Amino acid sequence: MEREALQARISAINAAVTFEEGGEMLNAFVEPAECRDLLQTLHNMDDLAFDYMFCLTCVDWKTHLTMVYHLESTKHRHIVVIKSKLDRENPEIDTMSDIWRTAELLEREVYELFGVRFINHPDLRKLLLSDEWEGWPLRKDYEDPINMIKL
Amino acid sequence: MLEEVAVNDTGDLIINVGPQHPSTHGVLHLIITLNGETIKNIDPNLGYIHRSIEKMCESLSYRQFIYVTSRMDYLSSHINNHACALTVEKGLQIEIPERAQYIRVIMDELTRLASHQLWWGAAAMDVGALTPFFHAFREREMINEIMEETCGARLTMNYNVPGGVMADIHPDFQRKTKEFLKFFKTKLPEYDEMVTGNIIFQNRMKNIGLITKEDAISYGCSGPTARASGVSCDIRKIHPYSIYDKVNFTESIQTSCDSYGRYLVRMEEMRQSISIIEQLIDNIPEGDFQAKTKAVIKLPKGEFYSRVETARGELGVYIVSEGGLTPYRIKFRSPGFSNLSALNHMARGQKIGDMVAIMATLDLVIPDIDR
Repeated sequence: MEREALQARISAINAAVTFEEGGEMLNAFVEPAECRDLLQTLHNMDDLAFDYMFCLTCVDWKTHLTMVYHLESTKHRHIVVIKSKLDRENPEIDTMSDIWRTAELLEREVYELFGVRFINHPDLRKLLLSDEWEGWPLRKDYEDPINMIKL
Repeated sequence: MLEEVAVNDTGDLIINVGPQHPSTHGVLHLIITLNGETIKNIDPNLGYIHRSIEKMCESLSYRQFIYVTSRMDYLSSHINNHACALTVEKGLQIEIPERAQYIRVIMDELTRLASHQLWWGAAAMDVGALTPFFHAFREREMINEIMEETCGARLTMNYNVPGGVMADIHPDFQRKTKEFLKFFKTKLPEYDEMVTGNIIFQNRMKNIGLITKEDAISYGCSGPTARASGVSCDIRKIHPYSIYDKVNFTESIQTSCDSYGRYLVRMEEMRQSISIIEQLIDNIPEGDFQAKTKAVIKLPKGEFYSRVETARGELGVYIVSEGGLTPYRIKFRSPGFSNLSALNHMARGQKIGDMVAIMATLDLVIPDIDR
């Protein structure tokens, strides 16, 4: 599906979705509470069939966190980027690990590095860091006491 | 972990493989629940070589951060650098000279060959054949020498810069590469004779570590791991970058979904890489090897995403820029991370000895997973 058609199709699923101008890929913003429903629909519909999540990450914007999901359809080869703004003090969003299995480990990584809690995640533990690690390292206000390369 | 009880409530044995174990090829720690010899669950415990490269890159300039990425997947370091350079170039919107594109792609394919040679030797070693390892390293040494002459390094090449490559190729580069290809083409049938057709090897690999096409996609597998399950996912084909749309090669796909399929995909990839290099090596155009860029690079505000095919699968570089001298946020979508997440699915219900055969064909590089 072309970019305009994709945009119209997503608007038809959820009218509250806003789109970002420009950029290489189609960027769509959705409320965290509606994120899971939208992604489930994108995955399940035959004409959309976004079955491949090639990237899941988070960005700290100091005022809020943004979850970023990069999705591609292996059948139609179209790409969409879904973003969802989370409250920085209490970041919560539904897990996508039962829709795309790859999300399970990726969400664990985002959890330990950004502190985002994934509701209904089967196994939300630390992955890369040790269990006793404090703080969320990839947040902007995190200061590493031994930062060797800070300019 | 060692002081924990070795048997859980249901009487299953819990063993730790790694972080120091020959078959994990690095500091990977797997906590395996066993019922007799049958695997019930694998819980990967990562982070032994986690350096938080993503955080580091936030305080490095757009010229500097490329060099850190050589330390992710050290066997595909040139391809990692290529991905980063592509992302920065996307932000700068500059054209890269043809000569630089040719050099980059030839180097990419040489890197892929070297990586697959090492994998081939190590995979055979994992299932008990020691000799192939020495054969593989003999040929790999030739590639390393070619790399050393042109890039100045054997493993962490750091040859790509935004705008092209750092220096022109060595005068001997084309001759030596052609010599190597000629030599390697006589050796590849020997690889097949030694390992591919070996009945013991086949018995160890066939019907082991099965993963269906749907599951491979769902687990985010890429590269040879996914292609052995019939997924067409070669980024060089589906989203061509650099000059991959100008060269002729076929995407190697198998549908057996098992370890042997993954093995065959990589063997075919080596042949395709040879063919790609042969198409390009005599046709490197004259001209600049680097586009003119400003000494201090600033990317415009926005988001840039590049995808390339490394020896292990799809590498994604996601840069969020605020218009400053350093990236605001960088995410590396590493192929090994997603491929590893499928390990539990592949190995569950199989014997512990088979797990080694599965890991051998996943071709995990641990710094790529931990970053």
